Amino acid sequence: MEHLLINHYETAAVILFGIGFLNLLLQNNLVKKVIGFGVMDSAVYLFLASQGYIEGRMAPILVGEVAHAADYINPIPAGLVLTGIVVSVSVTAFSLALIQRLYQKYQTVNFDEIVQLARQKGDE
Amino acid sequence: MPFVYNFPFFSIFICMISGIVTPLLKNGRWAYRLSLFASGAGLVLSSILLGTIGPSGQSYSFMMGHFPAPWGNELSVGPLEAVLAVAICLVMLMALLGGRKDIFDDILPEKQKLYFIMMNEILAALLALTYTNDIFTAYVFIEISTIAACAIVMAKDQSATLVATMRYLIMSLLGSGLVLIGIVLLYCITGHLLFPNLQQRVLELVATGQYTMPLTVVVGLIVLGLGIKSAMFPFHLWLPPAHGSATTASSSVLSGLVVKGYIILMIRLFYKVFTIEVIRELRITNMIFLFGLAGMIVGSVGAIKEGHIKRMLAYSSVAQLGYVFMGIGLGTDIGVMAACFQILVHASTKPMLFGCASALSASRHHNKQLHALRGAAYENKLAGVGFTVGALSMIGIPLFAGFAAKVFFASATMAQPVKMWMTLLTLALSTVLNALYYIPAVTVLWSRPVDGETGEKQPKDPAFAVSTVVFIAAVFFLGICYQPVVELIQTGLSLL
Repeated sequence: MEHLLINHYETAAVILFGIGFLNLLLQNNLVKKVIGFGVMDSAVYLFLASQGYIEGRMAPILVGEVAHAADYINPIPAGLVLTGIVVSVSVTAFSLALIQRLYQKYQTVNFDEIVQLARQKGDE
Repeated sequence: MPFVYNFPFFSIFICMISGIVTPLLKNGRWAYRLSLFASGAGLVLSSILLGTIGPSGQSYSFMMGHFPAPWGNELSVGPLEAVLAVAICLVMLMALLGGRKDIFDDILPEKQKLYFIMMNEILAALLALTYTNDIFTAYVFIEISTIAACAIVMAKDQSATLVATMRYLIMSLLGSGLVLIGIVLLYCITGHLLFPNLQQRVLELVATGQYTMPLTVVVGLIVLGLGIKSAMFPFHLWLPPAHGSATTASSSVLSGLVVKGYIILMIRLFYKVFTIEVIRELRITNMIFLFGLAGMIVGSVGAIKEGHIKRMLAYSSVAQLGYVFMGIGLGTDIGVMAACFQILVHASTKPMLFGCASALSASRHHNKQLHALRGAAYENKLAGVGFTVGALSMIGIPLFAGFAAKVFFASATMAQPVKMWMTLLTLALSTVLNALYYIPAVTVLWSRPVDGETGEKQPKDPAFAVSTVVFIAAVFFLGICYQPVVELIQTGLSLL
């Protein structure tokens, strides 16, 4: 329990990850599914960012002279977060485009209804 | 450093650049030629690489941009990676050739160029997943292949493919989310991203007994995530609609290659990061083993109930992937060797089956219901022969590739009494079930049509002929002269 409080960023991140994951899995509304995906990925970035941050140290940007390496925070998690953001932006764009296409065909964003309509048309 | 050592990087780079250049080309025909060139170039480069490092059993790490570990990004190359890369490029090339007619029929002319971007990116991602030595690079390429794979399913713009793509996309995103959090947790407990450094730290953690619980969770999350993406048993329901409704070349590439990319990564992580002994101790292999067995049965039962020929083949993929997971689940070198061999067998058989099924249904107004295909083999004899060879190989008739794979699985279990009888029993049952749907399908194709049901004659398609002949040759090669391939896989696994 104590560990959860000390690592409160990580705890929050894991809870958010769970919320996002379940939304992506269980929501019927496709747009809410995408939002769930966004929450899930952001939770991972929060986790990474909190890992890289070290209390009382500088951002790893050179200003004037090079200080000792121990004066800076860990820049690798930030790099990973940036890469991750690029990935999730493209995935989100792709999902939204696909949802738009489905909406044009079926006039709804409810996935159960879409599946049912597709089955009725019998064009599976 | 010999010049040949650059070839893995070149093959990935050529595919990525082709993908980027494709939108500038005039039309789909040129984009198609460029894709053929990219996969052909990949095939030639990988073959030369295999010829150089295969016989002598060398392996090496390739520094990207001359930054040494632990800062730089690396590729790691050995005989196993080279064999898989040759297979991936060959299957991609043949799938493009075999599916040519359908690509240009199914996809809108203005979208054709975009389709080939996706094909190039998929090839680049698969090669990168095979070669990479960095876990975060692996994640990025997992996502690239996810988006590209979804895009090639939805390229055939029909309602069925859109719904199937949505389902595929959701499952894939759940899977990659789990892989991502697994990788992040692993980074937190080890502080590294490159495979060799990770392995060192993981072994230290295991030796000191630190972080055992997080390590188990990490392995579980990564296996679960990659399992969802490669249709491991309880998560296989997205596969049949996606693979069954896409255009021919997409179905071939998805079943033959894309699902395997994640399994290849899983095997490499097991050997190069966690080591197979640790995985065995954490008992993750037992779970994979049981899921594999269940998948073998469930996939076949699904295929028996299916009347749509392409969805039937897709269910059969679920069963065949079950074999691969069963082999990994044995948790021994010889089991994983059998799994790698099965990957090659399935990659050379299933694309041929998809190609032939589409060619057969072409003379029946693209009706893919099995009862509509009565006697279709007489209208396209080569496709009929190809389908028959593929079906016999999947059932596991001697001299065909599937038989060799089954023999390896059976002999791999001999050392483990409990797993042995489970495996042998399921193998026997699954062979019977495979026969129960492949034999009727072949019989229908070759029975004389009831009068009035003959379809129109299709024009000759030399590209399809080349691809089918090459696939048939590959099936017989893996079924008869498997020894050199197996030796390469074994050396490769010992060097991982």
